Amino acid sequence: MMHQTSKKLNLVPNTIIRGKWHNHVYTIRRKLGSGAIGSVYLCTINQKYAALKISDKSTSMMMEVNVLKSLNKVQGVCLGPSLMDVDDWIAPDGQAYTFYVMEYVRGYSLQQFLSRNGREWVGVLMLQLLHDLKKLHEAGWIFGDLKEENLLVTIDTPSRVRWIDVGGTTQMGRAIKEYSEFYDRGYWEMGSRKAEPSYDLFALAMVFISLYYPKQFAKDKHPQRLLVKKLQDITTLRPYRPALQKALLGEYQTAGEMEQEISSIISRMRPRHTSRQKTSGPAAAAFVPEVAGLAVVSAMYYLFSLLLP
Amino acid sequence: MKKGTLKQILLLTDGCSNKGEDPSAVAALAFEQGISVNVIGILDDDQTEHPQGLEEVEQIALSGGGISQLVYTKALSQTVQMVTKQAMTQTLQGFVNAELKQILGPEQTMEDLAPDKRGEIMEVVEDMGETCDLEVVVLVDTSASMRDKLLTVKEALIDLSISLNARIGRNRFCIFSFPGRRKDIQKVLDWSPRLDNISSVFPKLSSGGVTPTGPALREAMYQFSKKSLLRSLHKDDASNIEEA
Repeated sequence: MMHQTSKKLNLVPNTIIRGKWHNHVYTIRRKLGSGAIGSVYLCTINQKYAALKISDKSTSMMMEVNVLKSLNKVQGVCLGPSLMDVDDWIAPDGQAYTFYVMEYVRGYSLQQFLSRNGREWVGVLMLQLLHDLKKLHEAGWIFGDLKEENLLVTIDTPSRVRWIDVGGTTQMGRAIKEYSEFYDRGYWEMGSRKAEPSYDLFALAMVFISLYYPKQFAKDKHPQRLLVKKLQDITTLRPYRPALQKALLGEYQTAGEMEQEISSIISRMRPRHTSRQKTSGPAAAAFVPEVAGLAVVSAMYYLFSLLLP
Repeated sequence: MKKGTLKQILLLTDGCSNKGEDPSAVAALAFEQGISVNVIGILDDDQTEHPQGLEEVEQIALSGGGISQLVYTKALSQTVQMVTKQAMTQTLQGFVNAELKQILGPEQTMEDLAPDKRGEIMEVVEDMGETCDLEVVVLVDTSASMRDKLLTVKEALIDLSISLNARIGRNRFCIFSFPGRRKDIQKVLDWSPRLDNISSVFPKLSSGGVTPTGPALREAMYQFSKKSLLRSLHKDDASNIEEA
């Protein structure tokens, strides 16, 4: 959509990238994706997989590296992928590129994960995200560009939400560096673009709303009323609605406050309630009670509810 | 160290200039005076990404030491704030590069430094971008073909003010439209820290098909010097700068 003057780099599989400063050698396997600043490739080094981001926009890349470095310093949680190397690459045509190499996170999108594993994971994912946001905020950072595309749920168990793009991460109190309109409270006329915890919590609520509006929607004359209405229309999110609404309206000062409310909502939920929802899940859908008597069905229901955590 | 003020002209247009001096020459002149010129070319939805007549957009920004971007109307808000911020970084980086050349010799640029050192320098540039003061003269093309785009332009400018006012540094904007009724440009909003209230003053459509981009840029350039002249007369003009 935008006109870029910079050259589009397209690395074919088996391209060898040798760093100008550190001399590490990476073999490109395939492209994982590309964004405003550069492209991310799956690569191997010493038979191990890693993700390599490369771009000719050296300054923007260095800003991202700075963020990754500070996040890697936050102890106790893995906020964002861990950084392995930063270097320059001189392409055969003489053009210089900057790249950095980070841990390769294998995972599902939230959408994929929830359709595979069932909606009772919604609350768990919220808690995981809030826990990480709390740690991040305590370290003095705001995530900024929190959106579905920037999150993955790991394939390896235990399932855990991971952040894969930290380009928007901004020091608290400054102006949000990078954002996406749909998740941005400034766009919805519901707050400033100052980096503060409530900015991330608004975006978090929008992440969960966006799961149920894959095509998203634009604002109208009354953005706040529209968002509240859209949230109300999602039946799956009904139990969490009070908390999500407070996040939209900026009523939480910290991620910790929201985390507590979500976890008390989850603990109030009846296990029976969860098992009834399960009818739409993959396990129950496979079970078609055509000839079976009503007694058998209810017995199976009971067994299912015991099996489910 | 005293914080400086960055000066930018932001030109929003959808077509080729057809009256008066060469806009690229004026942009080069502005750049010489420490003002960077950024240009956003607004495309119609049915236009290709490389339309005729908009090559000028890139030329003006190149001569003006700024950034250019062609964009469809619906992505205007994001682009306007992104271009403004990138241009700030570019200008600041230019200062830093000049300093580096002083220290390391004329052949050295940032790209010749190891990534770690470069990262440290970028941290300084980022700090400066967050804290420096910024003055932007917004120049909006209101010739007939812009008719359907002005509402979006207005929204994009309000959005720009939201983004920039989240910074620690102070901001001042003024808005001009061109062509003006009698002159080359027409004042829409005088120097102001915010743009939230521009709805009422946003320009009605000018008649006529002339697009005097060059003369308009020249007038925009003078707005900075006029202001510094006024500033020397009234020392207390800081009252209309919003405290961040």
